[in-house]
Amino acid sequence: MQISGAQALIKSLEMEGTEVMFGLPGGAILPVYDPLIDSSIRHILVRHEQGAGHMAEGYAHATGRPGVAMVTSGPAATNVVTPLCDAYMDSIPLVMITGQVPYSVIGTDAFQEADTVGITMPVTKHNWLITDASDVPRVIREAFHVATTGRPGPVLVDMPKDVSNQMMDWYWPDAVDLPGYKPNTKGHPKQIKDAARLMGEAHRPVIYAGGGILKARAAAALRELAELTGIPVVTTLMARGSFPDDHELCLGMPGMHGNYTAVTSMQRSDLLIALGSRFDDRVTGKLGGFAPDAKIIHVDVDPAELGKVRRPDVPIVGDCRLVIEELIKAVKADRAKREWPSLEPWRVQLREWQERYPLVYEQLEDGPLKPQFCIDQLRDHTPDDTIVASGVGQHQMWTSQRWKFNHPYTFVNSGGLGTMGFAVPAAIGAKVGKPERMVWAIDGDGCFQMTAQELVTASAERIPVKVAILNNAYLGMVRQWQEMFYEERYSEVYLSPDLPDYVKWAEAMGCVGFRVDTPEDVVPTIEKANEIDDRPVVIDFRTDYREKVYPMVAAGSTNDEIILDPQHDRPGGR
Amino acid sequence: MNGTTPQHHILSVLVENKFGVLTRVAGLFARRGFNIFSLAVSPTEDDRLSRMTIVVDAESAPLEQITKQLNKLIPVIKIVELSPEDAVERELMLATVKAPAEARTHVNELVSIFEAKIVDVGFEALTLMAAGTPSKLDAMTDLLAPFGIVELQRTGRVALPKLARQPARLRAVRSRAGAAG
Repeated sequence: MQISGAQALIKSLEMEGTEVMFGLPGGAILPVYDPLIDSSIRHILVRHEQGAGHMAEGYAHATGRPGVAMVTSGPAATNVVTPLCDAYMDSIPLVMITGQVPYSVIGTDAFQEADTVGITMPVTKHNWLITDASDVPRVIREAFHVATTGRPGPVLVDMPKDVSNQMMDWYWPDAVDLPGYKPNTKGHPKQIKDAARLMGEAHRPVIYAGGGILKARAAAALRELAELTGIPVVTTLMARGSFPDDHELCLGMPGMHGNYTAVTSMQRSDLLIALGSRFDDRVTGKLGGFAPDAKIIHVDVDPAELGKVRRPDVPIVGDCRLVIEELIKAVKADRAKREWPSLEPWRVQLREWQERYPLVYEQLEDGPLKPQFCIDQLRDHTPDDTIVASGVGQHQMWTSQRWKFNHPYTFVNSGGLGTMGFAVPAAIGAKVGKPERMVWAIDGDGCFQMTAQELVTASAERIPVKVAILNNAYLGMVRQWQEMFYEERYSEVYLSPDLPDYVKWAEAMGCVGFRVDTPEDVVPTIEKANEIDDRPVVIDFRTDYREKVYPMVAAGSTNDEIILDPQHDRPGGR
Repeated sequence: MNGTTPQHHILSVLVENKFGVLTRVAGLFARRGFNIFSLAVSPTEDDRLSRMTIVVDAESAPLEQITKQLNKLIPVIKIVELSPEDAVERELMLATVKAPAEARTHVNELVSIFEAKIVDVGFEALTLMAAGTPSKLDAMTDLLAPFGIVELQRTGRVALPKLARQPARLRAVRSRAGAAG
């Protein structure tokens, strides 16, 4: 059967099970948008290509399936560099299709020509420039394979316009043949045995769970391991929800804005069991002072992560789920042979820290609205399995600290790259992937202004996401650093609470808009928003700009120098 | 120029022979902060594959991290670290040396000692070609310097593993024992 390269591309995407894609057409990709009309794939027309990328990420976060996006050449391709980089840092499976000027004119500075493959090389797991229509099925098959296996990540396929129009004989490859790509998923049995042995000698062990748990769909296995051994678990920003926050062994988030117990448990630990985590600088603080007494077991599917930052005593290359399952067997075998030390003294110590240093804030009845109060009320007045997306900054940290993530795949956020503006499009993508679930974006006013136009997309496509803007009229996290480390010299951080008018803006974009100024209006407005299911809702919460995120480990400090909320020093302060 | 300081390691990297692969490898070195000391690329006996011989400055990053990151590149098929004692390495050098009539005999002597070849002759200078181990070329460069080196170019190393000097059957037994242990 002779079909065009463009038809082959759409057909290949269908063969890979693509149900939905996010995109925006333009000159070089025009031939591919034509067969899309007759395809079963739902296409969501975005207002900016960056939105398409983040929506595809949100979709992938929430569903575990690869997000697919398609845009044209040149400026469209450069607009997706941010989402690609974001997905690369957070290991999100993403397949990005870009149009390219005809192959015959590549290199001539043609209209809307950009070296897309060159530009995106450092921010993709791999990318391809297709030079012949007969390569389309093979490349698409390879692209999905690379994006979703091993350590997942974004890939890009660049499709020149003349290749789209070229005819080819349709085929579908039986298998992928990439001689240089053979991810190792099964952990080495001897290493797993060694890991179990170390666990059996530890008195203060901590499981340091990272985003790899979610990527490997290993939440159930992690829970089994934790409950079997009684070892407490910290969940990094990328792993929130991989272990239920309401579980007695859950210590919550470690790192720069982690809670005291999570941070200090790692510092005092004699064994860190790192599962799909990568010793990010935001977790370790100053590396030389990080967990000084801890031996390290490090499990990751990417061999390059083992020893990149901290040399493990037991490195294990493998898929987190498969390794944990084997580790559970090894632990049982080891325990059958000898008695493991009791962890009760360690858990008592941890409970004491939890009681002494909880997360604190104070909402006065007639005082300014506290952002933490808004998040607490949202948490308590939404279903337990609500999906929460956040942008980057103070609101993100408060969300991670205060929300109870009891289910995997309920927190969608930008961790590694720290992309402001992520929340709105990511929430839309998550809602597309999980239409039966309630999806809230908790956003900052600075972040919201970067990508808010995608709410037009959401209105047009009837994707009823909800957005809570914690509007403190500042680039809050930057303001916090200027207050704490730049002698309160505020440089270019003020944004104004009512420019723009968020309610009018929401309404102009086809959403329902609410404004909340006082604590007593918080719950009734959330309840009103929850009722609305036919269009997006935006709530403009006017919050106290003076509120800072605590605890905090300042940049360049060790985790032992954690700064607690000043309220801890006040008698009776909570 | 000193070609064989201890912090240098030779990586023999087998890659798919496709366009853009050199960019991927070079880009990876640049963005991870690894230093390339020298690089030689050529097709292999199998025209689907190329071999890159990369001499890396391992002071810039641990060699293990460099090879692991290289391995993540999809077109990279195999990486072998060649330590100087387990490898034969050779490099080619072209050098134009001042050689007026009164010095020409002395230069010629060096050429024959180092088994080099004169490939171009000018009125005041000679261009010679030498091949050999990097240290041999270093030594020759040092000895040519007093005459006045006008231009000098080296290719960077190519290397292959040294061949076994034992019968194949014995080696197989040994490697199986190694795997079991």
